Amino acid sequence: MIPLNAVLAVSAVLFAIGAVGVLTRRNILIVLMGLELMLNAANLSFVAFSRLSARPGMTGQIFPVFIIAVAAGEVAIGLAIVIALYRNRDTVNLDDVNILKG
Amino acid sequence: MSPSLALFSALAAVVVCGGLGVVTRKNPVHAAIFLVLTIFGIAGIYIMLEAEFLAAVQVLVYAGGILVLFLFVIMLVDLEERGRLPRGPLGMKAPRMAVVLALAGALLLVLGGVWATLPDTAPGASNALRADGGNLETVAMVMFRHFLLPFELASVLLLVAMIGAIVLAKPKV
Repeated sequence: MIPLNAVLAVSAVLFAIGAVGVLTRRNILIVLMGLELMLNAANLSFVAFSRLSARPGMTGQIFPVFIIAVAAGEVAIGLAIVIALYRNRDTVNLDDVNILKG
Repeated sequence: MSPSLALFSALAAVVVCGGLGVVTRKNPVHAAIFLVLTIFGIAGIYIMLEAEFLAAVQVLVYAGGILVLFLFVIMLVDLEERGRLPRGPLGMKAPRMAVVLALAGALLLVLGGVWATLPDTAPGASNALRADGGNLETVAMVMFRHFLLPFELASVLLLVAMIGAIVLAKPKV
C-alpha cells in the first residue's frame, strides 16, 4: 500500500513545477504545457484521495475525467489562439504580446 | 521497502523529472517529449491506485490527442526555434537515443506497475478484476447515475471548444 502523503507530495511537487513553468517561461507553448502539468497534479490528488483516504469512493475517479475533458478543450482553444497570434504578430513570445498593457 | 512502494518511488521520480524537463528545456519539442514522459508516469501511478480506466483515458487523451496537437502547432509556428537545435557530438544521435531509452524505461515501469499490483489482491479478486476489465463498470455506474448532467455538459463544452478552435485558427477569408 502506498502512503497517501507520498502521492500528495508528488502531486504538490508536480503542481509547483507547473506553476513555475507558467510563471517564468516566455514561450506560450511551454506555458500551456505547464498548465497541463498543474491539471495533472490536481487529477493525481483526486485519485489518491479516492483510493487511499479514510473514506474511499468513486467520485474521485469521476472528476479527473471531467478535468481531462476541460483540459482538452483548453488546449484546443489555446493552441488555436497561438496559431492566430503567430499569424497576426509573428511571435510566440509572451513578452512581445503587450498590446493591452497600459 | 515493499515492492509497490519502490515502484511508486520510481514512477514519482519519472513524473518529477519529466515535469522539470518540461519547464527547463529551451526547445518546445523536447518539452513536449518530457510531457509524454510525465503523462506515462502519472498513468502508471493511476494503475497502482487501481484507477485503470483513468490510466487508459490519460494515455489516450494526453499522449494520443493533446500531445499530437502540441507537436502540430510547434511544427506550424516555431520554425526559427527548431532551426537552432543544439548539436551533440554525434549530430542529433545522443539526445534522440536518450529520449528512446527514457520512453522505454517509462513503458517498463508501467508494465511493472501492472505486474506488481495484480498479485497484491486475493486470487478470486484478481480473477474478477480480469473478468470485468478493471474498474470500468464501477466508473460507468457512478458516472451515469450521479454525474449524467455534468457528463452531457462536458460533451457540449467539447463541441463548443471544437467549433471555437476552428473559428480561431481559420485564416481570414
